[in-house]
Amino acid sequence: MIKRNLSGRKTVILFIFSTIALIFIIKLFFLQVVDHSYKLSSQNNVLRYITQYPARGKILDRTGKLLVFNEAAFDLLVIPQQVKAFDTVDFCQLLNIEKEDFKVRLNKARNYSRYRPSVFLEQISKEDYGYIAEKLYQFHGFYFQARTLRHYPQPIAAHVLGDIGEVNQRNIDSDPYYKSGDYIGKSGIERFYENELRGNKGLKIVMVDVYNREKGSFKDGQYDTLPIAGKDLVLGLDADLQAYGEALMQNKTGSIVAIEPSSGEILSLISSPSFDPNLLVGRIRGQNYKALQEDSLKPLINRAISGSYPPGSTFKMINALVALNIGAISEHTRFTCQGKLSSPIKCTHDHNSPLALLEAMENSCNPYFWNTFRSTLYSSHFKNHKEAYDYWSETMHKFGLGVPFDTDIPFELSGNIPSTAYFDQLYRGSWNALTVRSLSIGQGEILVTPLQLANLAVIISNKGFYYKPHLLKSIVGNEYLPETYTEKIETGVSEKHFEIVKKSMLDVFEGDHGTARYYKIDSIQAGGKTGTVQNPHGEDHSMFIAFAPYDNPRIALAVVVENAGYGSTWAAPIATLMIERYLKGKSSRQALEKRMMETSFNKKKL
Amino acid sequence: MIRERRVNSIDWLSLSIYLILMLLGWLMVYSAVYDENHSSIFDMSQRYGKQLLWIVLSLLLGAVILLIDAKFFNAFAYPIYLIVMLMLVGVLLFGSTIAGSKSWFQIGGFAIQPAEFAKFATALALASYLGKLNRDLILWKTRLTAFAIIGLPAVLILAQYDTGSALVFTVFILVLYREGMSGALMIIGGIAAFLFVMTLYFDQWYVIGGLGFLFGIGLFLVKRNRSNITKMLVLLAVGVSFVFSVDYAFEKILEPHQRTRINVLLGMEKDLMGAGYNVNQSKIAIGSGGFSGKGFLQGTQTKYNFVPEQSTDFIFCTVGEEWGFIGTTAVILLYLLLLSRLIVLAERQRSAFSRIYGYGIASVIFFHFAINIGMTIGLVPVIGIPLPFISYGGSSLWAFSIMFFVFLKQDANRLNIL
Ligand SMILES: [Zn+2]
Repeated sequence: MIKRNLSGRKTVILFIFSTIALIFIIKLFFLQVVDHSYKLSSQNNVLRYITQYPARGKILDRTGKLLVFNEAAFDLLVIPQQVKAFDTVDFCQLLNIEKEDFKVRLNKARNYSRYRPSVFLEQISKEDYGYIAEKLYQFHGFYFQARTLRHYPQPIAAHVLGDIGEVNQRNIDSDPYYKSGDYIGKSGIERFYENELRGNKGLKIVMVDVYNREKGSFKDGQYDTLPIAGKDLVLGLDADLQAYGEALMQNKTGSIVAIEPSSGEILSLISSPSFDPNLLVGRIRGQNYKALQEDSLKPLINRAISGSYPPGSTFKMINALVALNIGAISEHTRFTCQGKLSSPIKCTHDHNSPLALLEAMENSCNPYFWNTFRSTLYSSHFKNHKEAYDYWSETMHKFGLGVPFDTDIPFELSGNIPSTAYFDQLYRGSWNALTVRSLSIGQGEILVTPLQLANLAVIISNKGFYYKPHLLKSIVGNEYLPETYTEKIETGVSEKHFEIVKKSMLDVFEGDHGTARYYKIDSIQAGGKTGTVQNPHGEDHSMFIAFAPYDNPRIALAVVVENAGYGSTWAAPIATLMIERYLKGKSSRQALEKRMMETSFNKKKL
Repeated sequence: MIRERRVNSIDWLSLSIYLILMLLGWLMVYSAVYDENHSSIFDMSQRYGKQLLWIVLSLLLGAVILLIDAKFFNAFAYPIYLIVMLMLVGVLLFGSTIAGSKSWFQIGGFAIQPAEFAKFATALALASYLGKLNRDLILWKTRLTAFAIIGLPAVLILAQYDTGSALVFTVFILVLYREGMSGALMIIGGIAAFLFVMTLYFDQWYVIGGLGFLFGIGLFLVKRNRSNITKMLVLLAVGVSFVFSVDYAFEKILEPHQRTRINVLLGMEKDLMGAGYNVNQSKIAIGSGGFSGKGFLQGTQTKYNFVPEQSTDFIFCTVGEEWGFIGTTAVILLYLLLLSRLIVLAERQRSAFSRIYGYGIASVIFFHFAINIGMTIGLVPVIGIPLPFISYGGSSLWAFSIMFFVFLKQDANRLNIL
């Protein structure tokens, strides 16, 4: 047998072995060293970033009563990439959602990110959570995250407190703190003090196995951050007074704003019709919000800051103050009144003529205040009536009229004090006192909000100054309030001129002909002023401003009841009931209280 | 004198690599199934504890083998082969089914897989047969007998639906090549095996398309005279009819459940999550190890079960994830060193039996190495066979250890053969 030379074949076999090993090493070099995408994939596999939501700050009233606190709730999150095939029908039944809804929600999550968790179903109650959590292991990619829901122990102050809702794209774009599915204050205190209330989110990184079970923290938690709880807020609001006022205003459209004159703290801010703030919490928020939005009485509008009314007679006092301040009139100046025959504005009352300021205010004499206004505009102080009007409107601004307070109430309107430029344009430059005469009696273009009206009561009760009206009393943990709330704002009108105006308001209760003399409060001296505002769309609006006690005022307020007629019949008694409640804690006039609460003016609209 | 030489001439290099790989395997199994509740590496209730037991038993087996007379294995090659073949038949009749394969003997708490030992028995029988003086692989009789020795266990194992283990036997072609079989035959055999697997994996028309493509390339490369084109056309026709017959056999002769089994074993129906989940997760695990790895016990992908079969077929993922490119390269180089050493040892044998046997075990280890690692990095379809000495499992470790020590014994004894 011939032995063939086969020694070369050893080399071929060694070559095959080496080639395979080399191919492996090259492939591994690309896999492990060159390509970094596998590192990312491995983290997505294993790491789950859990946002630790801080408790949102609580909100308390001035007496320490809770207005808003947090209740536990749970969000169901999904990581779309980890979702595996499962029985959709079972799943939908478990969560009590429609199959269509399921698809929409899952697609929304997918569109956001395949690898990052997003909220699948928000704000599941504690009760449902227990039931669902037990079965959730069947559904890969879904897990719970604890959140909190706002809860309102008393169904009051919906407009003041505002609500929270999911962030929109604009919120996300403007502040990187927010991620899809986060909550943010949408209105009221929740909106204005969002940064204080929200606290700071924390982040926990945990490792999960292929079954999505937690396997402990990542690198012993060295990259975790703890959440910082939001700050609690104390409001100047008096929950009892707020609830009482809301009860008085039920079935009426309008507003009550009460302020503590010595601090500018808002004691109550009522807009009627109102609603239970608990309606705008959690999963029911969407549908309830829609229902409230469609309600013809517009309960979502906060009339206290966005209702604009002509101030009517209450404005005559301010006109008088401006005139007194520049010496256009003195308290002894008399003007004649020819009653209904008066021109250019007729008088609506019967009284002696000529009359001085105090009597004129007591009788709300239109011709007197027309003459006062004219004297102001044609005062020798000024070059001409336009310069005088500039001064006049500037003083109005100093009274907080025609400009927003820029305080801690979002969406506040400024009311309207027309400018010289406005009239110049409207009347092509040729106008005079006569042209704009309706301003003298608080009609025409002038518009004020109930908050501005209440602040007028504050200014008169303080005889010339006020503090910016505000809701916040203190932030728990902060020593000082923002300076803007503690700064005394002067109107520029001398204190001595206020004496007679303030006295005239006392006479509204105490005088023989006072329009509110029937509602005088037992053992409390108060000042007030009726306003009846003509309303081209229906019944007049009933308006009243008041303060009490007379000497050391602790409360000043404005009441507006739309379409209720005379100020003295509705707004005045409601104002006095409020004062009594606040100063005495109870009412001595149950019958009046009952009548006020039970009367409805909203029916007329239907 | 002779006694002393025997002891001294154990090849310490290959023995060291063997021990290193086994120790490495033990640590990797520990890391792959590690959990904090069972943190002792000696915990017998866990896989790493058991693996340690397998290692100790393997070393005992090795010691016993080294004490047995070297001539025993040549002399008893056929009886051993016969016994293992009977076990393969037995397992078909009385075996237990684990993970879809009816290939296990359940003895007490342990399961033994005869297929693992069939590789050893076949290497022995092949070496014994070809080692006789008058054998020449030029002769068809010798060829066919050799094919029969290799093919019998392969068919029996295929009948257990353990396709992966059956495919291992194709690697004996390397041994036949070394012993003189025509290289062309080896290439044709290799292509046939490749076509076989491809036809099961892909639609037959794709495979035929691929053949047509190769034909087109071939036309460019060779001189286009009549004889060459005729030869190539014949080759193409043979290839196409082969693909059709495999496909026909698969689709028409096999029952649907058998097809499913084969598909499962080929890793085609394990993918419940969609195409390539296993391989993808495996690549993520290895890729995430980076250059230097995450460190011992720090691997998250394997530990948290993202990688399937992480202590057996996909054990290489743990190496890749925890020890990085450095670790994977080191392991590959260790295997290459071991394989080269085995070839060098085989070539220095005086007896044909020892040489052929040496090539036999080198080829088997090589096949496992190439398929297993190729599978974890996505170069080879998922075929579930273990990584020698490293993967968890008693049968596999014992079988490889027996094979290895028998060869060590032959090598140690080589100078006693005239
Ligand atoms: Zn009059």
